[in-house]
Amino acid sequence: MIKWWKIAAVILILYTLVWGMLAPVPKLNILYETIRNLFYHVPIWFAMIFQMGYSVVFAIRHLSKNDLRSDIISNQAAQTGLFFALPGLLTGCMWAKFTWGTWWTFEDPKLNGVAIAILIYLAYFILRSSIDDELKRARIAAVYNIFAFVMMFVFIMILPRLTDSLHPGNGGNPAFGKYDLDNDMRMVFYPAVIGWVLLSLWILDVKKRLAILTHKKNEE
Amino acid sequence: MNTQLLSQLIKKEFLLEFRQKSTLAGILVYIVATVFISALCFKKVIQPAVWNALFWVIFMFITVNVSSKSFMQETKGKGLYNYLYYNARTFILSKIIYNMLLMAALSMLTFFFYSWFVGSMVQDFGMFLLALLFSSSAFSGVLSLMSAIASKANNNISLMAILSFPVLMPLLLVSVKLSKHAIDGLAWSVSYKYLLILIMLNIVVVALATLLFNYLWKE
Repeated sequence: MIKWWKIAAVILILYTLVWGMLAPVPKLNILYETIRNLFYHVPIWFAMIFQMGYSVVFAIRHLSKNDLRSDIISNQAAQTGLFFALPGLLTGCMWAKFTWGTWWTFEDPKLNGVAIAILIYLAYFILRSSIDDELKRARIAAVYNIFAFVMMFVFIMILPRLTDSLHPGNGGNPAFGKYDLDNDMRMVFYPAVIGWVLLSLWILDVKKRLAILTHKKNEE
Repeated sequence: MNTQLLSQLIKKEFLLEFRQKSTLAGILVYIVATVFISALCFKKVIQPAVWNALFWVIFMFITVNVSSKSFMQETKGKGLYNYLYYNARTFILSKIIYNMLLMAALSMLTFFFYSWFVGSMVQDFGMFLLALLFSSSAFSGVLSLMSAIASKANNNISLMAILSFPVLMPLLLVSVKLSKHAIDGLAWSVSYKYLLILIMLNIVVVALATLLFNYLWKE
């Protein structure tokens, strides 16, 4: 059965993909037309952070309820989040090439934070694959998931605010501020965020159902 | 939680460590050898940034190596005994505090040998030692939990490194920044916020480790 929010996801993403290119945007120095990346890059990161948060919530749920279903969902959400990191990185690199003149810089706490987030989740999957017993794996993975998420949160959210960063939204660089995001852009940005988050939920929904069915089949 | 029990557990860790002198001696040789190799390779380090980076990389590898064994000696029988007699919070806290003390001592030793062989560039010693102290305590908090996780996952040593390096990174970057300030001899008013972050991270790490260890423990 096709649910309404899946249709909404398709419509919103199609709308923002097209209208993101056409919408009137403010002409800012250095940024110029690259400001349109706000409609693609930022919502994709939002979807990734959303999925990783989802994963942590279910990790906590697993620890309190001790059910395997939460663990499966937590694992699938982490996979979906990592999947969204790829387009997020690509769009970010493209944008950086045209505004900063380089694909990647190690100077920036936000970029480093993303690299570390990816490493953390790769470590999470390696940890999962190295334990055979299902319940034991679920519990240990949940513990690592929670701990790693908090450290990542510190890295991405708190450290960039204390050090200088070139990334928009830090140190006076244009981003979400009241000067940049005018009403025309809001009409694209907010639907884009909702659309990409819904899409990530859809992917998670399919993956989750498949994983639960596979689990049931293996148990028989 | 029982403070008497806690101090007994910490004492037990020290007793075990000193009874088995080979591991402690092994760590010392490891430190001296690593520092000596880097002194030979780099000959003379001129840039403060390079000096700093090299020091922290050595420090990170030493801490991961030292703490990786903190749960590996817990055999199945011992684990069951501990599980019956102590509660999880006391047990992990004893491990963390013991690791903190050990790591603080080892980091001082590393710093001593490093400044001897490679040469010292630090201008503000007080700040540098504070950075060293707080980062080694935060490191030991993270690594105690990671060691517990790795020990549950078939005691895989490479797994320990894989799990802990990305998680240590935020800590490491703050410590590198703070110690760079100490090397350059910047005023305390510039660097106090990094010290504050380090202390805050200490609290977060220890709180999380004590909370989460409870779930790791039950089989």
